[in-house]
Amino acid sequence: MNAAPRLASPPPPRHFRAQAFDFPSFFFTGLTGLATFLILAILGVILGNVILNGWPAISWRFVTGGTHSDMFDVNKAGIMPMIVGTSARVILMTLFVIPVGVITAIYLTEYARTSSPLTRIIRGAVNNLAGVPSIVFGLFGLGFFISFVGGNLDALFRPANAEPLWGKPAILWASMTLAVMTLPVVIVATEEALRAIPPGLREASLALGATKLQTIVRIVVPNALPGIMTGGILAVSRAAGEVAPLLFTGAAYFMADLPKALTDQFMDLGYHVFVLSTQSPDIEKTRPILYGTVLVLLVLTFSLNLVAILVRARLRRQMRAAR
Amino acid sequence: MGLHRGHHARPLEWVAEKCILGVSLTAILMVFLIFLFVTREALPIFFGRMNSAAALTAIPVEQMDRLKPEELRLYLGLSPREFAAMDRDTRKSLMEVKAEAAANVSNDKDVQINTISWRYLLFPYQWSGYDRPVYIWQPVSDIHKFNIIPLLIGSLKVTLVALLFSVPFGLAAAIYVSQLAPPRLKEWIKPTIEMLAGIPSVVLGFFALIVMASFFQSVLHFGSRLNTLVAGMALGLAALPVIFSIAEDALTSVPYAYTQAALALGSSRWQAAWQIVLPAAVPGVFAAVVLGFGRAIGETMIVLMASGNASLMGWSLFDSTRTITATIAAELSETVFGGQHYRLLFMLGALLFAVTFLANLVADLVIHRLKNRLEGNR
Amino acid sequence: MAFMTDILPSRINVTAGLREGAAPDASAPPLIEIRSLSLFYGAAQALKNIALTIPERLVTAFIGPSGCGKSTLLRCLNRMNDLIDNVRIEGRTLIGGHDIYGPEVDVIELRKRVGMVFQKSNPFPKSIYENIAYGLRLHGTNDRRQLDEVVEQSLHGAALWDEVKDRLHSSALGLSGGQQQRLCIARAIAIRPEIILMDEPASALDPIATAKIEDLIQELKKEFTIVIVTHNMQQAARISDYTAFFYIGELIEYGPTNRIFTNPANKQTEDYVTGRFG
Repeated sequence: MNAAPRLASPPPPRHFRAQAFDFPSFFFTGLTGLATFLILAILGVILGNVILNGWPAISWRFVTGGTHSDMFDVNKAGIMPMIVGTSARVILMTLFVIPVGVITAIYLTEYARTSSPLTRIIRGAVNNLAGVPSIVFGLFGLGFFISFVGGNLDALFRPANAEPLWGKPAILWASMTLAVMTLPVVIVATEEALRAIPPGLREASLALGATKLQTIVRIVVPNALPGIMTGGILAVSRAAGEVAPLLFTGAAYFMADLPKALTDQFMDLGYHVFVLSTQSPDIEKTRPILYGTVLVLLVLTFSLNLVAILVRARLRRQMRAAR
Repeated sequence: MGLHRGHHARPLEWVAEKCILGVSLTAILMVFLIFLFVTREALPIFFGRMNSAAALTAIPVEQMDRLKPEELRLYLGLSPREFAAMDRDTRKSLMEVKAEAAANVSNDKDVQINTISWRYLLFPYQWSGYDRPVYIWQPVSDIHKFNIIPLLIGSLKVTLVALLFSVPFGLAAAIYVSQLAPPRLKEWIKPTIEMLAGIPSVVLGFFALIVMASFFQSVLHFGSRLNTLVAGMALGLAALPVIFSIAEDALTSVPYAYTQAALALGSSRWQAAWQIVLPAAVPGVFAAVVLGFGRAIGETMIVLMASGNASLMGWSLFDSTRTITATIAAELSETVFGGQHYRLLFMLGALLFAVTFLANLVADLVIHRLKNRLEGNR
Repeated sequence: MAFMTDILPSRINVTAGLREGAAPDASAPPLIEIRSLSLFYGAAQALKNIALTIPERLVTAFIGPSGCGKSTLLRCLNRMNDLIDNVRIEGRTLIGGHDIYGPEVDVIELRKRVGMVFQKSNPFPKSIYENIAYGLRLHGTNDRRQLDEVVEQSLHGAALWDEVKDRLHSSALGLSGGQQQRLCIARAIAIRPEIILMDEPASALDPIATAKIEDLIQELKKEFTIVIVTHNMQQAARISDYTAFFYIGELIEYGPTNRIFTNPANKQTEDYVTGRFG
């Protein structure tokens, strides 16, 4: 008969009250929580400061007026040319970035073999594009689009010694530079949307005798559209706030007219914030205009972000329901 | 016997697939082109084939016709458009002006120095008017001083300050949100912090310039209102969402089973997080910091607006400073297209590209290995 | 390139193949002939020298424990394994006398003739009508009246018409699991294949829905050749005419269902069908 093993001394009486206050855990939990809320507080301070100071400056005249007279004068300044410039360059950008981004994402999801070296290089390139500093994109826009492409276009199509038409800063080149910059955003969002589609749907389509291309065009892409839109909106939101790539590729300090041709320069909300902040003759008088412009820019980028997040959340709920 | 995938039957399919592949190569092409076109402008400096000595610029007027048009344009310091608009007489009188100006500086002992050679780009030198060897970036003067060390130090200083703020806060918040916070709180804290990422950097720069600088000036009474500390803190705000997102993802990907095991043994949530989860997520956290570094060192608008833009040499946090990015942004439009200053700025851009490329590569490899480990491969 | 249109027996007489009950007919003409088929995933061999003939207009069941390769073999018959990287196939698979892995074969045409119903029902997120019309539109039919007619016929053929005739244009995702699976069957038969492959079609369904599917299969075999993979032995015994038993990638025994279940020749078969392992 096996007896239970004897302990050296009897086990201590059991009770479940806390032995002592666990100070370290409490302290560190509190500390990290504090850090989190401090971050939220800073965000709140920034937003609050902008809204409080910017709201009084917003008026119909401000948002729709131009800057024909004095853009540093509180009573006369308007930001319509900047709104137009920003919107135009961002819309032009989507014409380039969405087709290329979606097609690349389709290749990576539907055609590429996961282990092939080419696939890894493409993914590596996409990741690297995401990390390139914005000023380097500005240099790229200047060195490649303006000097090389634009310069060669001028050499081919314009008489020698004429004023450069293509080989100078222009909204076209600024948009294409931004398209290269936001390409990773569109690719990642589209891939996410494509992968969310259950493989069973593709199998069903193929089993009915559809080709891979037909399956992609008729089943996969239409169901991924909300996700693709999310990617486009995120790209737009990101591009709307960027200034550094525009410095040499087309943003202008002052333009008498709105941009009418692809080769025109343009005014821009973000660039205007920069100009007002650093080159205003009397910063106190310019403050209201500056805050107003910042508020408009923030409202623009945040509402775009919000729309993208809502669309993505709705998309995820739909996908879960369909399973 | 292999599988035939019916290519003969459906040429349209095959063509479509090749077109899709072609478009997908755009990403690789773009990275390559960025590298190519940014370094292309910088190559003459890299190989030491440029000479920016002040004395060299005295080309006798009689030799004007022996120069190729591009060489003459660069010598005269004109943009292609200005050069094309001038006739021969105007160019000749410009050459005479240049010869006179060159004669005026010829007394200076430094006139013969090729200031754009590597020795002067990197090492200190005692210029005339200084009592000891110094590092100076002063492109706009009779004797061009192109030492890039102040800029490198400026970038590093500001980035380090940024990381000093963003890494502790970002990591602490990531640990709190991913491991310690109640689930209801988690759901809206995470997107709110990620909203910080949605603030354009020009707005952060504006905030630093207008609000933060004045605030810290009134509290701490700096010598310069715009300095490394202010710019570094604002830069930290820009890097914070990057570090937070990636670190939080890494912490959340650690299988919950580990935490459960720890809790079942009687540890508190904090102990489980600190002793079990965080060590398991170290590669991801490391990648987060590396990517935060890349974001901070490459940021332009914040430092352009808030760092004071004085290229002072030194490690003091309370001095104004100049970073590589701000230098490129501020000075490029003033340079002569194709000239030395222009090419040097491109070289700085290429250097920046190389640094962030490397940072990205390191972070990618680390995350790739981490993913493989979690999925049980290798 | 047109492979099967002129090879398979033309479908003039739908009722000609009517057979009562599941009495196996030893002289049934083989439609599918598998000769020494082996399949490799990279270096691992999943199917070993399978030799099998499947008769026309009868139900043939593949049974065996999990991982024995029955689904893999099924997917060879409509070349769905092509979609997997690293797959290598040796041996010959003949349908109607022609090697479906031959160089001149158009996979798309093959899949029009050999349909498939999957384990987990996968209707498209479209309306019921559009789900069935999808295959027809793919292959060129766009005339509204033709589509209406075929949709109705297919829904009748899948025993689903009465339940959905009033909501043809509502979303297919609103149907119950069993209804969705019958919709997938309707979708498959709409393009008039000769052969229907079914990969555990009822495994995700409750007993009542399962019974409906099994009855449906008995009806369908009057027009179509059916090959069904099932892990439910009793189901195989109920509905199939011929049964093939597989184990770890090999065909252990094949013959009329009656014989396999009452008097199997192989000891392993006997152990499996009597439940000693599995």
